Amino acid sequence: MTEYLLILVSTILVNNFVLVQFLGLCPFMGVSGKLETSIGMAMATTFVLTLSSLCSYLTFTYILQPFGLEYLQTISFILVIAVVVQFTEMVVHKTSPLLYRVLGIFLPLITTNCAVLGVALQNISKQNDFVESILYGFGAAVGFSFVLVLFAAMRERINVADVPVVFKGSAIGMITAGLMALAFMGFTALVQI
Amino acid sequence: MQTFDIFSFHGGIHPPENKAQSLQLPLGRPSLPNELILPLGQHIGQSSRPMVKAGDRVLKGQALAMNNGFLSSFLHAPTSGTISAIEERLIAHPSGLSDLCVILQPDGLEEWQALEPLVDWQTQNRTDVLAYLSEMGIVGMGGAGFPTQVKLQGANKSPLTHFIINAAECEPYITADDMLIREKTLELILGIEVLQHLVNASQVVIGIEDNKPTAIKLLNDLLAERNSTIKVAVVPTKYPSGGEKQLIQLLTGKEVPSGQHPADIGILCQNVGTCVAVHDAIYLGKPLISRFTTLTGDALNAPQNVEVLLGTPVSHLLEYAESQDNKLHRLVMGGPMMGFTLDSTQVPVVKTSNCILAATKEELPPPAPEQACIRCGMCEQACPVSLLPQQLLWFSKSQEHEKAEHHNLFDCIECGACSYVCPSSIPLVQYYRHSKSTIREARESAVKADLAKQRFEARKARQEAEAAEKEAKRLARQKPAPAKDANKVAPKAAASAAPATNDEAKKLKVDLAIAKTKLKKLEKQLLSAQENEHVEEINSLQLQVTDQANQVKDLEAQMAKFAEAAPVAKPTPAKQDSAGDELKKAKVDLALVGVKLKKAQKQLDETPDDADLKQKVADLEAQQKAAQAKLDQATSAAPAQTTPKAAANTNSDELKKAKVDLALAGVKLKKAQKQLAEAPDDADLKQKVADLEAQQKAAQAKLDQAQTIDTAPTKPANDGTTANNDELKKLKIDAAIAKAAVKKVEKALKKAEELQAPELDTLRQQFKDAQQRATELENALANPNAQQATATPKSAENNVGTADEDKKRKVDLAIAKAGIKKAEKNIALLKEQGKSEEEIQASEWPQKLIEAQQKLALLETATAAEDTSSKETSTATQAQPAAPTKADDDKKRKIDLAIAKAGIKKAEKNLVLLKEQGKSEEEIQASEWPQKLLEAQQKLAQLESNEAPQPANAEPSNAERANDEAPQASLAEQIKQQKIAVALAKAQANKLAKKLGVEPDNAEQVQLEIAQLKDKQAQAEHLLEQLMKQQESQ
Amino acid sequence: MTTVLLAIGILVLLALVFGGILGYANVRFHVEGDPIVDQIDALLPQTQCGQCGHPGCRPYAEAISNGEAINHCPPGGQATIQALADLLDVEAIPLDGDHGTESAKRVAVIREDECIGCTKCIQACPVDAILGAAKQMHTVISDECTGCDLCVEPCPVDCIDMVEVGVNTKTWSWDKPQGVASTSLNIIATDRQTEAAH
Repeated sequence: MTEYLLILVSTILVNNFVLVQFLGLCPFMGVSGKLETSIGMAMATTFVLTLSSLCSYLTFTYILQPFGLEYLQTISFILVIAVVVQFTEMVVHKTSPLLYRVLGIFLPLITTNCAVLGVALQNISKQNDFVESILYGFGAAVGFSFVLVLFAAMRERINVADVPVVFKGSAIGMITAGLMALAFMGFTALVQI
Repeated sequence: MQTFDIFSFHGGIHPPENKAQSLQLPLGRPSLPNELILPLGQHIGQSSRPMVKAGDRVLKGQALAMNNGFLSSFLHAPTSGTISAIEERLIAHPSGLSDLCVILQPDGLEEWQALEPLVDWQTQNRTDVLAYLSEMGIVGMGGAGFPTQVKLQGANKSPLTHFIINAAECEPYITADDMLIREKTLELILGIEVLQHLVNASQVVIGIEDNKPTAIKLLNDLLAERNSTIKVAVVPTKYPSGGEKQLIQLLTGKEVPSGQHPADIGILCQNVGTCVAVHDAIYLGKPLISRFTTLTGDALNAPQNVEVLLGTPVSHLLEYAESQDNKLHRLVMGGPMMGFTLDSTQVPVVKTSNCILAATKEELPPPAPEQACIRCGMCEQACPVSLLPQQLLWFSKSQEHEKAEHHNLFDCIECGACSYVCPSSIPLVQYYRHSKSTIREARESAVKADLAKQRFEARKARQEAEAAEKEAKRLARQKPAPAKDANKVAPKAAASAAPATNDEAKKLKVDLAIAKTKLKKLEKQLLSAQENEHVEEINSLQLQVTDQANQVKDLEAQMAKFAEAAPVAKPTPAKQDSAGDELKKAKVDLALVGVKLKKAQKQLDETPDDADLKQKVADLEAQQKAAQAKLDQATSAAPAQTTPKAAANTNSDELKKAKVDLALAGVKLKKAQKQLAEAPDDADLKQKVADLEAQQKAAQAKLDQAQTIDTAPTKPANDGTTANNDELKKLKIDAAIAKAAVKKVEKALKKAEELQAPELDTLRQQFKDAQQRATELENALANPNAQQATATPKSAENNVGTADEDKKRKVDLAIAKAGIKKAEKNIALLKEQGKSEEEIQASEWPQKLIEAQQKLALLETATAAEDTSSKETSTATQAQPAAPTKADDDKKRKIDLAIAKAGIKKAEKNLVLLKEQGKSEEEIQASEWPQKLLEAQQKLAQLESNEAPQPANAEPSNAERANDEAPQASLAEQIKQQKIAVALAKAQANKLAKKLGVEPDNAEQVQLEIAQLKDKQAQAEHLLEQLMKQQESQ
Repeated sequence: MTTVLLAIGILVLLALVFGGILGYANVRFHVEGDPIVDQIDALLPQTQCGQCGHPGCRPYAEAISNGEAINHCPPGGQATIQALADLLDVEAIPLDGDHGTESAKRVAVIREDECIGCTKCIQACPVDAILGAAKQMHTVISDECTGCDLCVEPCPVDCIDMVEVGVNTKTWSWDKPQGVASTSLNIIATDRQTEAAH
């Protein structure tokens, strides 16, 4: 049990995918303009990341491993992720138009989110079991959502602030992200995993 | 006297009070100004509607304007005088804009109108009192000018816990309320009592700041004197404790929720000025015509409070308070915190003007330049509504109005505390005001856009509905026409000319009308052009007019032609049609019932025990009989109306059908008997055999009947010989069939005998019957043979051939007609389905129709020719009169002519249609129509040339005729027809042979038919040879 | 060799299975309609003026969703372009001058003594804001008028004017403050300035 908790703490804070491992920076910079959209993106990512880490674990364990095709993991994981994302989008579109309005436009973006593939690959390299894989995916997603929402809130305020002209826009965003990453360095060695 | 619990509110500031200056002098009463300017919109809501006009003399207290809607108020004359104008004047508004005002010229008499105080207000209905207050023009005098009666009405939604009198007067400089309380303490208390009576709150509290000790003392004394339950709550001086929501929070500790009114939490708040105004209205009958206003500022030598008539120009008051123009730097209406700068001194005092601040430069320095926000957060500390002023500033600056709204921008009371404390001297309130008005504008435009969208969509829906209705009407008008056409045209090709004529005539009429209108218009234009001497125009117009006139003439000529043609063509076919139609319908019914019967019988065969099915079969049989009866009736009716030939046709059809039925019954019987032979004990089978026998008999009977019918109408129509020949042939066939039946029964009998079946007797009986019938038929055959022999002793053979040919032709004709009918029906159907003309053209049907029509024409010509030829041969030998034949021939020709004409017309119509549809000339050429038109025209020419020699031939003797040149043409034609007939017969024979391969069951029947066809073919060939010889000899 | 074939086979199999799943989902969860058109339509000013070259605002909304430029709406002006750009996540571009220029809000006013009652303007008005009957004087319901100009052209006697809607005390709004550094900064008092004043 403690182990599972540690996985969560580790992925959310200590080994945060965005600020420590620098994965998924694209949506981190791209979808953090508005708080609302960032929340939508965070929810969509959480959903897809958890699901895809599960699916990719199953694919690896029950299809690739028995045939000794571990070297196909990257390509097959990309396949799995793309399918999960597309399928999720279709289902959400049909079943919940409201949720689709919140998540819908971000779902396709996630396909190219390297954090998703990163989680899947790390699950394998860390030799996580089934539950650990899901928790690892979920924790990574929560960590991503956490920093994304924080960052969006900050950027919203920065947008209306008197930022020196040369720093306006993405520049000040990068600086802010860097400062956030520095702050997250403080979590290092909180958990050893 | 108990002390009242005082709460606190967030934020607030303590600006210098500056209240002492204006309290040095007692209440002043300025003199009457030269004119009073009374804006119609002195309150929140709709502007009042003026009830007077320029030049009217009004008395003091007379109503000048009435309320305009729910949220509005009255306006009264502050003094007696004359209305000099109702016009736009500058008013006291932050925008510095003008608005509509009533201008009153005082006459100085101060003549009051009759005062009618509401003495019995305690017994009066609440609503009446409120209406009275509304008529007295009472509005909230604290600053907003909210109509008091509306506020009191709103307060009745829920029981009130607190009725708060706002005497806080927190803004610096202003002392008008203080002075009012001092001067009119009793009136205030009485006014409060009236209001308390109206709202019936559980607690009445006067909220007053502790910087007004004199007023507090006076109030307490008077309340103690009157033993009143009204409490005085002294609140600490803090800006903005005089704000409605802030005072409520101070006195009750309750916060008015965002977006709600105090009445929603059971609290009502009224200004002291309003209470005094209520007192004046109720007890004295005086409307709201004056108010207490503070005149203050360092630019005034005599700052003081004055009771001023509404509409007094500010300049007049400044003069009264000894303003020093050189020191006056900024003139503000209202306090220094929430007031607004006046650009002009000509603006009037209104119901909400509580202060006029004539400030020097030192007193109110120009605002310092705005600097960047340093995020000190002092504004947040000062905000009495607990907003985030800094955040709102960012949103306002970056135009993120949605977020600003989300941060409760609309809860801001614009008190200016944040701006006051801002170290960067940012005009925060101004930003908020701008944002608020932008948001309001956006909302209004959104509402307007919504409305516009609704109206646009409603308009669109309306237009579509109208268009649909028109279309439906058009269709309804169009539908009956083609339907009728189809009916008329269908049975007889000849009839097609009539509706075409009708259509054409209608079209012509329309064309004519249009052309005439155009002509008129052009003439008019020409006239006007001549008047105006436009030479060029005249020339072109004249050309056009002549063109148009020619067109009209042409159309008229055509019209006349049609008028002649139409009545001739119309009546005859119509009659025939109805009969033919009926006949057809009856036949179809019969066929349907027959099919059903067969199906049911089949089912019965499969499940012989089913009582339901049996019942059904019986029903169907009954139906069939009924249908048959109807058909008979129709057939008998038909000859009366239709030409005899048609009847003959039907009869022969009937005959054929009956024969087929008989044959079928025979086949079935055979089959059943076979089965019976195999399983002799099957009762069901026996029953079935019996049934079938009965059926066979019925069919036989029908056949007989049909034959008798056939003979009757055929005789008068054609020559006796033809009929007899027909009869003869039929009899022969019958005889053959009967013989075959006899043979079959014999066979069955033998078999049964072998098996010693129990139904031997029946079979024997049947055998006898069959034999009998065979002999009968043979007798009959012998009989007409004899008859015929007497009638046509010499050329019997030839005649038989002719008759046969005739029959074949008739059948072909019928087929062709049916084809036409079908094609026309299909076209009509397509039209009904709303297909465009083009689509219909694109479909195969018009093509088919034309083909069928052509075929029909061909066949009819052939028939006619045949008739002629047969007549010719017979006349040549027998010297019979040629007249009837000629007539017949003539008729045929006419019909052909009509068909050809119709074809031409149709082609022309189609061409016109194509042109109308804007097809290019090339496309039209590419289409089949010009080709067809040409063909039809050629044919017409041919026919007409044929017709011409015909009458010439009518007179000369037959001998001469053979030598004539003209018949050669007809002979050639005949040869051609014969050739076609031969080919057709061959084709049919081939087809039947094929069918024979496919359906071996009906082999016998089909073979019979094939034999017949071959016979026909041979005859046709023979005839052809003869004709060729004839031609050669000629 | 077998390994390669096996790998290819497995991958192909996976791809087929996933493709099948997606194909099924596409059919099973197919959604009709394009909600974006409604959203675009909501942002347009609904004057139905046709200046964008479409018969009404909704057709233009449909055209935008099909890729037409967002800067063809003069009545909406730059504000509408900005809103559309935000919605569609594209660059806000300046108004296309070919379709007209952004002007102050106007309403049509009929000079009533010149009106001949031809009803042509009534037929042209997209929001039914003109009142009148044949041979009767017409008038514009100014509250309903969207200022689209469409009635001006058909009038045979040119008696329709487009009048700018002025600001009155009800519609007046506060100006936006100048902002920081809008005026010459004399925050720090200097001798030079005092000298200049004297």
